[in-house]
Amino acid sequence: MKSNKSNSLRTVFAHVLLIILSFMCLFFFYILFVNATRSHADLQKGFSALPGNYFFTNLKNVTNDGTFPMVRGIVNSLIVSGCSAAICTYFSSLTAYGLYAYDFKLKKAAFTFIMAILVMPTQVTAMGFLRLITNMGMYDSLLPLIIPSIASPAVFYFMYSYLQSSLPLSLVEAARIDGSKEFHTFNQIILPIMKPAIAVQAIFSFVGSWNNYFVPALVIQSKNKMTVPILIATLRGADYMNFDMGKIYMMILVAIVPIILVYLLLSKYIIAGVTLGGVKG
Amino acid sequence: MKQKRKKIDYSKWGYIFILPFFASFFIFSFVPLVDTIRYSFFEYYRSGIKEIGPNFIGMENYISLLKSDMLKYAGNTLILWIIGFIPQIVIALLLASWFVDSRLKIRGQQFFKVVIYLPNLIMASAFAMLFFTLFSTNGPVNAILMSMGITEKEIDFMGSVFGTRSLVGLMNFLMWFGNSTIMLMAAIMGISPDIFEASEIDGCNSKQRFFRITLPLIRPILAYTLINSIIGGLQMFDVPQILTNGQGNPDRTSMTLIMFLNSHLKSKNYGMAGALSVYLFIVSGILCFMVYRITNDDDSDGSKKAAKKNKKAGRR
Repeated sequence: MKSNKSNSLRTVFAHVLLIILSFMCLFFFYILFVNATRSHADLQKGFSALPGNYFFTNLKNVTNDGTFPMVRGIVNSLIVSGCSAAICTYFSSLTAYGLYAYDFKLKKAAFTFIMAILVMPTQVTAMGFLRLITNMGMYDSLLPLIIPSIASPAVFYFMYSYLQSSLPLSLVEAARIDGSKEFHTFNQIILPIMKPAIAVQAIFSFVGSWNNYFVPALVIQSKNKMTVPILIATLRGADYMNFDMGKIYMMILVAIVPIILVYLLLSKYIIAGVTLGGVKG
Repeated sequence: MKQKRKKIDYSKWGYIFILPFFASFFIFSFVPLVDTIRYSFFEYYRSGIKEIGPNFIGMENYISLLKSDMLKYAGNTLILWIIGFIPQIVIALLLASWFVDSRLKIRGQQFFKVVIYLPNLIMASAFAMLFFTLFSTNGPVNAILMSMGITEKEIDFMGSVFGTRSLVGLMNFLMWFGNSTIMLMAAIMGISPDIFEASEIDGCNSKQRFFRITLPLIRPILAYTLINSIIGGLQMFDVPQILTNGQGNPDRTSMTLIMFLNSHLKSKNYGMAGALSVYLFIVSGILCFMVYRITNDDDSDGSKKAAKKNKKAGRR
């Protein structure tokens, strides 16, 4: 009886804490949304919990602003993130399949090597990277933000674990007997099997690339090639107190809304994907 | 007729399939790394439009870095990380053990999971910009606090060391506690329910169960989360950079190591940036090795080793 009572007390406490935490997570975004719908003059008067009716005016101001080309930035970000996600998942699957399905001398060494660099921060090579792409003539272009994602150790590890759990090697043998060439086998048989893993990792690498700030900030110089995070940073660096505050809130909103929408649509798969490929239990 | 069955050797395909990964890694990570290490021994910077160097100067960059504020920035990074990490891991452990506890009957689990994981996906720079506007002296947070009568005057959050550091910590906490919760939840769900059942029959209360059963059994994943978080903390950049506009204000107390590296790179101070990168490389190399041990070792938490040792001691 006593334990029942203490359990129900704990349940109440758990719910209260959960509600407080959820409130903290959502509160800031709610203010952001409300303030993005109000005019500058309205915002100066003080805080209000109810949305205003300046949403579309602010949105129009953001899209028409030449000094902060937000639309251009979103297009650039979409290009970079989309391409990165595509080549990162494709080549990681290819590498994982290569190491899983074939036997060769350096197999063990290659696997150990990738595991060793699994969590190596990219920042430590940033200086050499910057010099390298300058020498290659890729400074101030979107390519250096896309191509290096071919080598993504973490995505590789995820794909490798997935193959281990879901690809019987006899299937590869069967394809060979039917006369399928190796690349054909990979593209036509293995990739469709890996679809669920690819979908999860594509989302994560898309988000990672969309939010990436450090490398793009070093590489990109010209305004029409800037991605969204750099635009946000320039906004912070500008003499922002003279700006239309409604517009600033709208710019932040525009920067994070695409990811929130994707997340709300796919949250089930994303949350399930967080733990997969983490560590063996 | 002699029939010779030749087995086709597929091993070359293995090399072909892993070639793009290694080529890309070699060009975009390995070559830059070697270049970075090489220039760390050179005097190589730009003053105005004049480029000075590269002249070989040995370890001088490393020594002058040690004499500069680097250690202070390392301390800042550590403090900022701890402020975010401690509440993050405590809350994550608490929530994870609640979510899997069937006796608690938490309602709307899926909803809460979706909400607490949300900030993890938000663009850190936009999140920091949002906090900057919300917590500025004439921002909405001050307006709310004043209208509720909590303060009389506006609080200058970003004017004080405590305020700035707390804001960075709060953002890091909000961005990462959902992720840790979900990781730890998976770990706890991996524990065999028999153990919990047996403990319940033996009259184990929820506190004992948490400290005596759950915590020891999820130690490997806890260690993994910890080291991953340290590596993430070492790379802390977006949030303090945007919040303080790269200045690390007030008085560079929120300047992190990567912000320091970024400012060297921006001013084309390649020699110093190289030496700083090498320091970071060594630290992250050690951390990488620890992650490698955890993910690839069956005896990751050292429990078997400890058992062996005990046995040995017992025999003696």
